[in-house]
Amino acid sequence: MKIPDYDAVVVGAGPAGSIAARFLAEKGVKTLVVDKKQEIGTPKRCAEGINLGGLEKIGIKPDPRWVTSEITGSTIHSPGGGKVVCKFSKGYVLERKIFEKHLAMDAIRAGARYMVKTRAIEAIKEGDKVTGIRAEFMGEEFTINSKLVIAADGVDSKIARSAGINTTNKMTDYHSGFQYEMAGLNLEGHDMLHLYFGNEIAPKGYVWIFPKGKDVANVGIGILASQSEEGNRARDYLDRFIESHPETFGNSSPIEINTGGIPVSSSVDTFVMDGFMIVGDAAHQVNPIHGGGMAIAMKAAKLCAEVGAQAIKEGNVSKERLYEYEKTWRETEGVKLQKLFKLRIFLEKLNDNDFEKFADILSEEDIIKLTNAEYKSLFKTFARKAPKILPLALKFLSG
Amino acid sequence: MELDRDKCCYCGGCVGICPENALELRETALCIDGERCKNCGLCAKFCPVGALTKDENS
Repeated sequence: MKIPDYDAVVVGAGPAGSIAARFLAEKGVKTLVVDKKQEIGTPKRCAEGINLGGLEKIGIKPDPRWVTSEITGSTIHSPGGGKVVCKFSKGYVLERKIFEKHLAMDAIRAGARYMVKTRAIEAIKEGDKVTGIRAEFMGEEFTINSKLVIAADGVDSKIARSAGINTTNKMTDYHSGFQYEMAGLNLEGHDMLHLYFGNEIAPKGYVWIFPKGKDVANVGIGILASQSEEGNRARDYLDRFIESHPETFGNSSPIEINTGGIPVSSSVDTFVMDGFMIVGDAAHQVNPIHGGGMAIAMKAAKLCAEVGAQAIKEGNVSKERLYEYEKTWRETEGVKLQKLFKLRIFLEKLNDNDFEKFADILSEEDIIKLTNAEYKSLFKTFARKAPKILPLALKFLSG
Repeated sequence: MELDRDKCCYCGGCVGICPENALELRETALCIDGERCKNCGLCAKFCPVGALTKDENS
């Protein structure tokens, strides 16, 4: 198979890959997207939640073809059964497999080309410079030459590792995830996300219920990979949770099973090399606190494509030129994710009693501040109401 | 490592944790490169459904 040369090849047609492709194509960059799956978007590895801002930042309007429900906030359930209700600006639970197809259609309409069931085998290098990829379609191997290669190939990214960037996750910075999409649920209210915490429920993670309608939801769990063991895996914990809540799950059945790994390190060490960029889950661009990645990935993909397109136009795709993407990201989104990473480590140190206290003293406003990585005013609350937690909070969250 | 294909949900999560780059997810088929794999068991510990086990013979 003879494939023409491209300006940019994007590996992976998830949200990061298709957004990057769309912005590249809109700037007149000759772009090809390859995805190893024969059907874009399937199977999902996602709880499908996103806030309105996450869509607006990349110029996407919510569309009833892929929005299943509107969300107005989240209810945090503490280990002892306490509840904290946090209202936030509007959010959605998507039908992600449809969403991803629409992102691909938009990119194609902008001028990008796609190949599915096409597996990127490895990056081709001349010295330190990436000059294309070796790929396979229906058993036939071929090369694709390209000025720029963008790795948007998710947690199981092979292409970045073959290029020479280590994207391997650590057991202490990776969540093991399991989810049922379920129907026939008796939900308390289907405009709120429900999050359940506790060491017996989900060690160093949480159980979520993300409603996709009145009686349908993604019911899932993430636990820290280092906590996973035979008999106490993500699936075991979720099955036990479901069994212990017959009031919600008594008449329900699964319509899908989803599994996956969730990178919660806040980022890999390097995003760029000569002729090469990484974006999305492959770059660990995921919120370390809740494990959400779609909005972060798409925003990073837009930035990645803007720098990439400009670099191609200038005829300079050197690591130094492409570093603008990494520098800008680290100075903006990266700062916040770094802080949330510290919050994650802090929360992992709390036992159930601490967590109970924590949920007890924090107001809705405090929790919203926490998730926005604003910690300063919280130290006062801790000093007054939970002096025992203060030293730990100062150690991990200050600076 | 040994894979139970009946349990595997082909998410590729194990691929992202393998320190030896010995795993690859091809569509729905998880492939183990026996030459690279050092049988360290991290993938087995991570797997959300317990589809991987250490190879006791190696």
